[in-house]
Amino acid sequence: MESKLSRNLYSFSYFLWIVIFVILPILLIVYYSLFDIEGNFSFVNYQKFFTAVYLKMTLSSFWYAFLITVITFLIAYPTAYLLTKTKHKQFWLLLIIVPSWINLLLKAYAFLGIFGTYGVANSFLKIIGMGEQQILFTDFSFVFVSVYIFIPFMILPIFNSLNELNPTLLDAARDLGASAWTAFYRVIFPLTIDGVKSGWQVTFIPALSLFMLTRLIAGNKVITLGTAIEQQFLVTQDWGMGSTIAVFLILIMILFMFLTNTRKRGV
Amino acid sequence: MNVASIIQFKNVTKRFGNNPPVLDNVSFTLERGKFYTLLGPSGCGKTTILRLIAGFTEPSEGEIWFNGQKINHLPANKRQVNTVFQDYALFPHLNVFENVAFGLRIKKVKKTEIEAKVKQALSFVNLDGYEYREIREMSGGQRQRVAIARAIVNKPEMILLDEPLSALDLKLRTEMQYELRELQRRLGITFVFVTHDQEEALAMSDEIFVINNGKIQQSGTPTDIYDEPINRFVADFIGESNIVEGKMVEDYLVEFVGKKFECDDKGFNANEPVEIVIRPEDLEITTPELGRLQVRVDSQLFRGVHYEICCYDKDDNEWLVHSTKKAKVGKEIGLSFDREAIHVMRLGETEEEFDRRLETYADKGDSAQWKVN
Ligand SMILES: Nc1ncnc2c1ncn2[C@@H]1O[C@H](COP(=O)(O)OP(=O)(O)OP(=O)(O)O)[C@@H](O)[C@H]1O
Ligand SMILES: [Mg+2]
Repeated sequence: MESKLSRNLYSFSYFLWIVIFVILPILLIVYYSLFDIEGNFSFVNYQKFFTAVYLKMTLSSFWYAFLITVITFLIAYPTAYLLTKTKHKQFWLLLIIVPSWINLLLKAYAFLGIFGTYGVANSFLKIIGMGEQQILFTDFSFVFVSVYIFIPFMILPIFNSLNELNPTLLDAARDLGASAWTAFYRVIFPLTIDGVKSGWQVTFIPALSLFMLTRLIAGNKVITLGTAIEQQFLVTQDWGMGSTIAVFLILIMILFMFLTNTRKRGV
Repeated sequence: MNVASIIQFKNVTKRFGNNPPVLDNVSFTLERGKFYTLLGPSGCGKTTILRLIAGFTEPSEGEIWFNGQKINHLPANKRQVNTVFQDYALFPHLNVFENVAFGLRIKKVKKTEIEAKVKQALSFVNLDGYEYREIREMSGGQRQRVAIARAIVNKPEMILLDEPLSALDLKLRTEMQYELRELQRRLGITFVFVTHDQEEALAMSDEIFVINNGKIQQSGTPTDIYDEPINRFVADFIGESNIVEGKMVEDYLVEFVGKKFECDDKGFNANEPVEIVIRPEDLEITTPELGRLQVRVDSQLFRGVHYEICCYDKDDNEWLVHSTKKAKVGKEIGLSFDREAIHVMRLGETEEEFDRRLETYADKGDSAQWKVN
């Protein structure tokens, strides 16, 4: 009896937590999205969202998040793979993880220094004879810094899944005639796909709503959904429109989670 | 290197780090189309030998030759060898069919052909109808059989089997032993089979390698090894045996448990200390008066086909007897045995020395025969 009671108590507090911190905020956002700037109930925000301006913004948001995720992945997978081959892999992993504990804002400011007109990057370009370049406030710097920030989050799940992989499976593939590359794409990659999916989730979803970096590093040249929400709330004070964008952001996230969460296979 | 030999180890040593070598200066030659068994206790280096042949690891010293070609650095996928792994190593993301088809797909075999071959291989291991099962839905023994099918379907020149029957029940195991042996004969593929089970080794092999501590203790046909074990380790490992200390008084006369016995061995120094092996099934129970040894029955186990009777003589040497007759615990009995049942082992003799000594018997026999003719 008692265990049943305590189980109910636990599940109740879990539900309470979910309701207060997840369901209610989402409902609140949906509620706000149904009012125009004057506070009248209407669907005008949803109409506005399907105009060229916002659709373009959504598309560009997608594009940057995609670009960032792909580049991060292309760097993170080989890094994670090499890490599993090193002798003190947990130590090297820690070294890569530690920078992710530093506040995002601090890192952004550090890059302002590095990429600035008189920063290290430009001094280097001058030395190799490329002359001074505008690095800050470009697409390049935005993508570069974002990738830098997301790399540890992508490496961690991929490293874990590679680490769990039974090394005799690789022997078995080679034994059956697979070259190193064939063994990789027929055995190693499919068996680490779950790690890859988690990596894509923890990169793509936050990348969709990056807003601070767009201002600091990209100089507002890149407008993502995150930036748009921030602007609607803080600058335009149009909470309804901000909420509407947020609703779509949430929908996109759910869709993405759904797409990357397929059935897990394995023994 | 003769044409019949398929693989040759020349003074191969394998070390991991600074530990003592796992394989210590191992040399042997395997002939094409034969069934070889590596037999030895856990950790003696059996899997390591297979890994060296398959190409998953390279020797620290020495050379490995395959079909007259040195292959020390040849990658595993370029070797005409397939392996049944000790832990099966089935691909968990592929179903049974795709696991078995893996090698054929890589070789770009035609689809219809793959279908037929996989079906055939699965039927060989009694897994018809399991094609579309996931690996996690298979039992341990079924997985083991998928692993066997995955190797044989490729019909390589050589198959390495690392304890491939260990998870099967006795009936299926015996059945698979026959079938593997039959397959090996039919296809003429060289098999290297690893097992802990000496009965399995004796039943299946053309030749057995008994390994201990990274060294080959003895190699030979099952009867050679069973009848003429080179040392205490081999005698003990291959079947149960009674081993006692003794000394070789002169050629054809050996002394143990305080008595002298005629035997078939010679070529020892006078009064050289030796060890005597007598197999339990070579001992026969009689009355104390008729027996060549007098012992007391200590315990008795019924083993199905025979009784295993444990006796002690007055010097407290243990004598194990396999007999179809029952004995009475606590009773004094006599044990009789033939002169051929006595096998004399020289202490610390290497395989080469042992073979040379055996050859001298044969030479003498031949020359004697010559004179007669
Ligand atoms: N990668 C490795 N690194 C260090 N030591 C190893 C490695 N692989 C094997 N060994 C050691 O080599 C020895 C022989 O191992 P091996 O796997 O060949 O034994 P085995 O005869 O197959 O034993 P079993 O019958 O238990 O499978 C063992 O002592 C093992 O600890
Ligand atoms: Mg082993």
